[in-house]
Amino acid sequence: MTAIGFREPKRAEMKRRDFLKTTATLGSGLLISAYIPQWNKVTAKTLSGTSVDATHPFAPNAFVRIGTDDSITIIANHSEMGQGVYTSLPMLLAEDLECDWSKVRVEGAPVDAAYNHTAFGIQMTGGSTSTTSEYDRFRKMGAMARLMLVSAAAQSWNVDPQACHAEQGFVIHAASGKRASFGSLAELASQQTPPTNIPLKDPKEFTLIGKPVHRLDTPSKTNGTAQFGLDVYIPGMLTAVVARAPVFGGKVVSFKAEKAKAVPGVVNVSQVPSGVAVIASGFWPAKLGREELDITWNDGPGKDLSSVAMREEFAKTSRTPGLIARKVGDPSAAMAGAARKVTAEYEVPYLSHSMMEPLNTVVDLHEDRCEIWTGTQFQTGDRAAAAKVAGLKPEQVQIHTTLLGGGFGRRANPFSDFVSEAVEVAKVAKVPVKVVWTREDDIRGGWYRPMWYDHFEAGLDAQGNPVAWTHTIVGQSIMTGTMFESFGVKNGVDSASVEGAADILYGIPNVQVDLHSPKNLVPVQWWRSVGHSHTGFSVETFLDEVAHAGGKDPYQLRRTLLAGQPRMLAVLDLAAKKANWDSPLPAGRARGIAGHFSFDSYVAQVAEISIEKDGTLHVHKIVAAVDCGRVVNPDTVKAQIEGGIIFGLTAALKTEITLQNGRIQQSNFHNYPMLRMFEAPEIEVYIVESTEKPTGVGEPGVPPVAPAVANAILALTGKPIRRLPIKAEDLRSA
Amino acid sequence: MISFTVNGKPVSVEDPPSTPLLWVLRDSLKLTGTKYGCGMALCGACTVHIDGEAVRSCVAPISRAEGKKITTIEGISSDLTHPLQEAWIEIEVPQCGYCQSGQIMSAAVLLRENPKPTDEDIDEAMSGNICRCGTYPRIRRAIHRAAEIQTQRSAK
Repeated sequence: MTAIGFREPKRAEMKRRDFLKTTATLGSGLLISAYIPQWNKVTAKTLSGTSVDATHPFAPNAFVRIGTDDSITIIANHSEMGQGVYTSLPMLLAEDLECDWSKVRVEGAPVDAAYNHTAFGIQMTGGSTSTTSEYDRFRKMGAMARLMLVSAAAQSWNVDPQACHAEQGFVIHAASGKRASFGSLAELASQQTPPTNIPLKDPKEFTLIGKPVHRLDTPSKTNGTAQFGLDVYIPGMLTAVVARAPVFGGKVVSFKAEKAKAVPGVVNVSQVPSGVAVIASGFWPAKLGREELDITWNDGPGKDLSSVAMREEFAKTSRTPGLIARKVGDPSAAMAGAARKVTAEYEVPYLSHSMMEPLNTVVDLHEDRCEIWTGTQFQTGDRAAAAKVAGLKPEQVQIHTTLLGGGFGRRANPFSDFVSEAVEVAKVAKVPVKVVWTREDDIRGGWYRPMWYDHFEAGLDAQGNPVAWTHTIVGQSIMTGTMFESFGVKNGVDSASVEGAADILYGIPNVQVDLHSPKNLVPVQWWRSVGHSHTGFSVETFLDEVAHAGGKDPYQLRRTLLAGQPRMLAVLDLAAKKANWDSPLPAGRARGIAGHFSFDSYVAQVAEISIEKDGTLHVHKIVAAVDCGRVVNPDTVKAQIEGGIIFGLTAALKTEITLQNGRIQQSNFHNYPMLRMFEAPEIEVYIVESTEKPTGVGEPGVPPVAPAVANAILALTGKPIRRLPIKAEDLRSA
Repeated sequence: MISFTVNGKPVSVEDPPSTPLLWVLRDSLKLTGTKYGCGMALCGACTVHIDGEAVRSCVAPISRAEGKKITTIEGISSDLTHPLQEAWIEIEVPQCGYCQSGQIMSAAVLLRENPKPTDEDIDEAMSGNICRCGTYPRIRRAIHRAAEIQTQRSAK
C-alpha cells in the first residue's frame, strides 16, 4: 500500500459526499464539539453500508479514520503542490493521536464545508497558510480520537481511563500491563461519546512536530506512481484541447472544422465560450486536430495591447499621486527639509506561473451530477463554478483533488477558469473528457503576476539616515472584481498590491505609500508571494540605493532601521553572520543583503555574485535565514526556502511576459526560460528556533532573492539594478 | 503496428508512426510516470531510455521505438531500490514531484556512464531537465549520494 491515497474513479464517492454533507450543515470545522457527535452517528450508519470503509470503523471526525488493521488514514484538506502538507498536516494529527507513524497514510479531502480553511471560510490552499490554518485543528482531531480510543480500552478492561495512556498506536494500562492496538479498539471507540474537552500535548513532549520527518509522498514521486491530474484516466474518457483567442477578450466569429475532423482520432469539434474544443481519442490527435482548425477571431479592443506602451503609461502614472495605502508623519514636510534626496523607479514584468504540470481537468458530467478530477488549490470556488456551468447544485458536484504538479497560485483561479472551461467542454463532448493545456496554452493563457512600476523618493538627514520615504505603486489589482474584493480591497486599495510596501518594518518617521490600479484586458492573478514579489525587490533595492547615497553599509543601515523589530533583526543578523558579511571576498565578487517580512514570516538572504566581461552574471551562493514561528517539519521548511530562492531567481534573471499587438510574445521554455541546474547557486538555509505560532513558508523565500542579487551587483559595479529580469546587456563592462 | 518492449514486456501499438512515444506510453499504454511538460524537448519531464540512451519522448516518434527496448521510470526498479531512488528518498529531493521521473531517468544514464560524477558533470548531464520547484541543489546532492551507494554495492 502506498502512503498516498488517490481516489480511483468510483461512483460510490457520491455516498461519501452525502455523508459529509450532514456535517457541513452543522457549522464550520472550527466548532469541533458542536458537530462531532452528529458526525459520529452518521459515520457509524453510513460506513456499515459501504465496502470502502468497512475496515475503518472508527472515523471520529472528518480528518482521521482508523482501521481494524491498525491503518491510520489522515484526510488532508489542503492541496499537495510540493510544499509538503501531505506530510506536515498528518504529523500534526498524529502527534496528538499517539499513533504509529509508519501506519499513517494520507488522502486528499473531498469538497465539503467541514474542510474549509479556518481563516478564509472556504476550502482552498494559498497564502502560505496551510499550517497556520490547521495547526490547532489537526492536533485537536488527533487528540479527540486518542481520547475515544483510551475510553474504549478503559471500558473493555473496566479500569479508569485516567489510568490509561496511548503510545505508538497502542492504549496501555500501565498498572496491569494490558495493551490493545488502536485497530483492535476501533469498533468500540466508534461507540464512545466524543469528548468536549480536548487538552493538547505539551510541546516539550513532541515526538513528530519539529522533527525532520520523511515525506509520505516521496517514494511515489521516485517511481512514477504519484498521480497528478494529467494521470487520471476514466472509462470512456476522451481528451480535448481548446483553441483559445490569441488576444485577451477575443471571440470566435466562425470556424471551419473539416480538416480537423479528418485527423484520425478526432471525434468532435465544437465551439465553447473560450474558443473551439477539439475532442479526440487522445492528446496527440486532439493537438493535431487543433492545428488544422481554421478560425476567424474578432480580437476586440485587446488587439492593441502592448507592454511597451503600458510601461510608458505606468511610468508616467507613477509620478502622480495615487490612493493612499499608508501615511505616517508628514512626508512632504520631511522631504522638503531633507539634507539630500534620492529618487528611483523600478519595474517588473508580467510573469507566468509555468507549473511543470500544465493545467488539466477531467470531467464526468451527468444530468444529475458531475465528478471532476483536477489538481486545484480552490475547491469551493471551483465546485460552485462547475455547478453553475453544468446547471447543477454545488452539492451535486464532487471534486477529487489529485496531486498538483506545481501550483504557485495559478490553480487558485478566482474565476475557476480551467475548471469552468472543462465543464463547458464536457457539455459538448457528452462523454467523460480530459481537457489538457499545452505549454504554449499555459504561457499564453494569461492570469499572470501583474506588471508593476514603482516610483520612490527618500529624504536623508545630514548623517545619511532616511527621514522621509514615499513610494507610488502602479499595477493592476488582482482582487478587484473577484469574490475576494470585499475582504482584500479597502477604499480602492488592493492589499495584495501594496503588501510588503505599506507595511515596511523600517523605522522611518515619515512614510507615504500610494497606489494606482490601472485596468486592462490582461488577466492577472496571485503568483508565488503575490505583491511581495515586486515590493520585496523594489523596497529592498531602493533601500540599498539610499544606503549608498548616505554612505552607509547596507546591512548596518538595516540594523539601525530595524531597532524595534527584533525578529526581523534576528534573521538579518543570522544571515549576515552565516554569510560572513564582514569578511573580504576575492576580487570580482560581491555580496548583497535583503530582508523581507511576508506571510507573517521573516526572511533575510545574502547573495554572493560575480560578473563576466560579457555581462554574464553568476550567482554563486545564497545564504538564507528564516523565522516562521514554530516549525512543524524543518526539512520541509528548508526545502521551501530553497525552492523559493530558485523560483525567485528565475524571475530575477530569466523571465518576462510581453505583449505586442495584443499577442503574447513568449510561448515555451525556449523564450520563457527557467533557471537550470548549471545556474543554480549553492544554498544554505538557517532556521531561527521559535515557539511563536507557525507562519508561512511556501512563499516568503521568494521576495528577498532578487534584491539580494541586485544589491550585490550595486556593490560590485556601483550601478543600480532597477528592472527585472536582470539582463546581461545591463551588466556588460563598457 | 509497431512493436517494441517496455520495461521488459513486449508490446505492439497501432498509433500512427509519427505519434510521439510520450503519448503512446501515456494514452495507449497507461504508463503515466513519464510526464508531459513542454512538447519541445526543452524540459526533460518526458525522459525515457531507448536501448539505454536518454531520450526526450515528447519529440521521439514511435517509429523510432520499433524493435527497441524502452525503459520508463516504472521500470527502473520494481521496489524503490535503484541507488537514485534510495538517494532521492534519503535526501528528500521531490517537492511537487512532477519533473522527478525525468530527472531520475537522466541521472540514471549519467551514473551508468560516469560512476563518480563531479558537479560539472552533473551540470552538463542534468541541465536539460527543468524543476520549477527548485530542487536542483538536492538533485545534485542526491546524485553524489547515489554514486556512493552504487560504489558501495559494486564493492560487495
